[in-house]
Amino acid sequence: MKPASFVRHVPRTTEQVVDALAEFVPLDGRILAGGQSLVPIMAFRMARPAHLIDINEVEGLDRLVVDGDFLSIGAIVRHGAFHKPVVEGPLGRLLSFVAHHIAHYPIRMRGTFCGSLAHADPASEWCLVAATLGAKLIAKSVRGERIIEVDDFLEGIMSTSLAEDEFLAEARLPLLPRDTKFGFYEFSRRVGDFAMAASLVTYRLANGSIVDAHVGIGGAEDRARRIPEAEAILNAQAPAQDLFVAAAEAAANAIDALEDIQTTAEYRRDLVRAVTRRALERSTL
Amino acid sequence: MTAHTRGSGTNWVGRSIRRLEDPALVTGQGRFTADLPAVHWVRFVRSSIAAGKIQSIEAPPGANIITASDLRALKPIRPVLSKFNYVPVGQPILADGVVRFTGEPIAAAYAASKDQAEDLADQVEVVIAETTALVDGPLALVEGAPLVHAEAAGNVIVEGRVRTPGFDEVWRSAHKVLRVDARSRRQNAAPMEARAGHAAYDPATGRVTLTCTTQMPHLTRTAVCDIIGIPEAELRVIAPDVGGGFGQKMSLAVEYVLLVWLARRLRSSVAWTEDRRENLIASFHSRDQHIELEGAFDAGGKLIALSADIIANIGAYSCFPTTCGVEPLMALAELPGPYDVSAYNCRARGVLTHTCPMAPYRGVSRPVITFAIERLMDKAAAAFGIEPTELRRRNLIDKFPHTSPMGLMFDDGTYKETMEIAIKAVDLPAFRKQQQVARTRGRYLGIGFATFSERTGYGSPAFAARGMEITPGWETVHLTIDPSGFVEARIGASPHGQGLRTTLAQIIADEIGIDPQFIKVVHGDTDRSPYGWGTFASRSLVLSGGASLIAAQKIRAKLIKMASHMLETAPEDITLKSGSAHVIGTDRSIAIATMARAAYHQTHIFKGEIEPGLTETGTYDPSGTFSNACHTAIVEVDIDTGRVEVKKFLVAEDAGLIINPMIADGQVHGGVAQGIGNALLEEIIYDETGNILTSTLADFLPPTAREIPELELHHLETLTGNTITKAKGLGEGGAIGAPAAVINAINDALSSFGVSIDEMPATPQRIRAALRSSGKLR
Repeated sequence: MKPASFVRHVPRTTEQVVDALAEFVPLDGRILAGGQSLVPIMAFRMARPAHLIDINEVEGLDRLVVDGDFLSIGAIVRHGAFHKPVVEGPLGRLLSFVAHHIAHYPIRMRGTFCGSLAHADPASEWCLVAATLGAKLIAKSVRGERIIEVDDFLEGIMSTSLAEDEFLAEARLPLLPRDTKFGFYEFSRRVGDFAMAASLVTYRLANGSIVDAHVGIGGAEDRARRIPEAEAILNAQAPAQDLFVAAAEAAANAIDALEDIQTTAEYRRDLVRAVTRRALERSTL
Repeated sequence: MTAHTRGSGTNWVGRSIRRLEDPALVTGQGRFTADLPAVHWVRFVRSSIAAGKIQSIEAPPGANIITASDLRALKPIRPVLSKFNYVPVGQPILADGVVRFTGEPIAAAYAASKDQAEDLADQVEVVIAETTALVDGPLALVEGAPLVHAEAAGNVIVEGRVRTPGFDEVWRSAHKVLRVDARSRRQNAAPMEARAGHAAYDPATGRVTLTCTTQMPHLTRTAVCDIIGIPEAELRVIAPDVGGGFGQKMSLAVEYVLLVWLARRLRSSVAWTEDRRENLIASFHSRDQHIELEGAFDAGGKLIALSADIIANIGAYSCFPTTCGVEPLMALAELPGPYDVSAYNCRARGVLTHTCPMAPYRGVSRPVITFAIERLMDKAAAAFGIEPTELRRRNLIDKFPHTSPMGLMFDDGTYKETMEIAIKAVDLPAFRKQQQVARTRGRYLGIGFATFSERTGYGSPAFAARGMEITPGWETVHLTIDPSGFVEARIGASPHGQGLRTTLAQIIADEIGIDPQFIKVVHGDTDRSPYGWGTFASRSLVLSGGASLIAAQKIRAKLIKMASHMLETAPEDITLKSGSAHVIGTDRSIAIATMARAAYHQTHIFKGEIEPGLTETGTYDPSGTFSNACHTAIVEVDIDTGRVEVKKFLVAEDAGLIINPMIADGQVHGGVAQGIGNALLEEIIYDETGNILTSTLADFLPPTAREIPELELHHLETLTGNTITKAKGLGEGGAIGAPAAVINAINDALSSFGVSIDEMPATPQRIRAALRSSGKLR
């Protein structure tokens, strides 16, 4: 369980990162951020990059600031940075609550928000957050910079729309209005395991009715996404248990469930129903 | 509980003194096999195919690769039973033309570092013509199934049967017959330290020292020397600190044979450190059993007859030295458990499949048979409309000695008493009320009990009953007081976390009146310790403890005789305590250290009446003794997801005299944690082609501290007459009772659905599927 040999490159600036990508991607190069997914895969020799472009020393990539109406998260901001709220208001509390569900403490000290998105594991909590809140992702390469909407970014199981020579330099999450309510619930076999299903919901209330409902589901399909069928049931209705049950049912029916040897589509839908309802129930606490 | 005073009466036994082995371990000074430097590192090329014929093995030119063709002079591993229609199949050290499980070693690559060896192994191309793989035990029995070994017809490698006289008549008289179809899926013991071996050739002597993670250093020496064909004097085996074994490190690893052979060939040092993936796919597995169990009850809820058909999927080869018979035959022998039933009909078969070989794992078969019979008892209780504990009250043995239908003799125990302690401690009537209230709020709480016996500390007659060519049993201790007055106990047992350095020192200390800190227990080195069997089967405290006591009694007698000379006093007026011999009723004494000097340097003062030196040998081979316990689990089932939370776990157990309560509790804690893992989480999964899907600890799920509740422990101490220390073993009980208690609790929680969960682990998927099939979900 030792990785195949590779050359490690340690750029100090973003320009050096993109230059290194241009040079080494054709030679089977990859970005190394927190390494909490890539390094184990390398140890199993399921990944054998010849070059690693280690971005941990790059100046400025640890930037975590409010920039206008969004939160800007640099490429090497660790999960653990979100343990305490990083912004006032619901977004900071939401990120803090979710961060505590990511794996285990040592992993959270090393793994990165952007790395999770770029890795695009369907069970990733941050992918669910990005999909539910509508993140914008900043990709950089020698060809320049582009902004990718999260729905265009996440393409499937461990698959994104990043070009080979691009790296995810920054993620931008919209700040949430102060009256935003949220709820998160995930199901896993053990504490800290990959989620078998997770749901993040946000909405606001106008005259007692739900507006701008976002219902995100992760871990159940090939990528995290919002479920419009569930949101349609919630919008313009007053929060109520029956409503939550109906929205959860809609979410369960809407998904194209991941299956494996232990987990049938039917069971995955059971979980989606449960996590969605519980996320909604928690939103009222 | 009886107060006990032995020897000098200093009473070290019974105290929770801190473990003497821990300071090194907790300060990073432990010495583990993988810490050793080596000139050559080995990486095994393993089969990615479960069943097939090897067509070619190609390595880069000049690469250092060993294959079966290099090992023609080596014998296969071929353990033997002389009974139960056992078919002795051989396991080659490296696959020889045929592969029989995914992960089987095909070649050994070696290089100057672990990394280079892995790079080299990666470049070895093996072409295998795949044949049909058998993965499931019952399917391997289907007529016309391919044979895993040509010599084992029908893939049955061992078969035990029993039918007590008059069984049919008793069966026909039944008032009710209850049935359980119990399925225990496959596990891996998953010790914290995976296996590792290091073999170093000494050019001066021609000897090899094999340092490895074994529970049985002497048996490893015997086996490796037999296979390679060298005298045992040419091999020294050392088990240094070992990070957990649980049975997985009891069976001989082909990898160690290869290392010794290669060290001799290269006249150098070679090492291998197993990685977690190798451990999960190719170290030994366990527990894979299917039990169809029926119980006949009279109108009063008394079990009158038991009938069982047991299929143990033993994998592709038979483990050395116990043989694969250990699982099915222990099930056959001990299935009736602690229940008073004399009519018994059972067939137990070990079945070969294209899967990783099975070997003992903490509890050996009993976690599965206890699960099966405890499910039967709960089903019977439901059928009779009584509390499960009331049904057990009507069936647990309470007269001793008790003879089981298989002829096992149960010594004094507290089967009913431990259950009553548990019932009281959990306040069963109060729990039933709480359960009702919770149910009205949509919460599903359940309680489960498991009452069981744990056969421990058995000697050679018990093992001989299995017809083992290699019949374990006795243990020997060499006890020496050196000229400086320090005590060294060299033992044949080989502890690897059990705290034996401390508990044996406590036993010896009481006998010779010396503080345990001056008593060093030496183990795990065939050059330094007497031939012994190692540590397994909850035997070490009973066997090595008994041998320690015998040796200490001899040393004590000699010290008193010496003191009698030196103090010119009658022996009966002398006692040993606090490191000295004292003349009773006077202030006259002489330090044991002074006597020790004399034993070596002043022997003339004994006028030839006392042999020089201070070494005595104790050997102990007892008949065996049964510990017992009642485990109680309270769980909550989340019916929406099928997830189970263990909210409370209680153990009331009786392991005879407790030498060190803290160490005893630790044994129970660890066993219960593994049992909860067995019940809820841990499962080795093969797909239908024999590919293994659980090759990382993200897929194979041992419980963490977050899944284990705080445990409540109660001890009774029945001072057995079956062992000279009055202690019984307790290493395995935690793992034996916990699975049944948890599964019974789940079924109790779900009683309103009319489902029966009879498969372990009870994963959320299985529970939810059962709930769905009940048709009673909202």
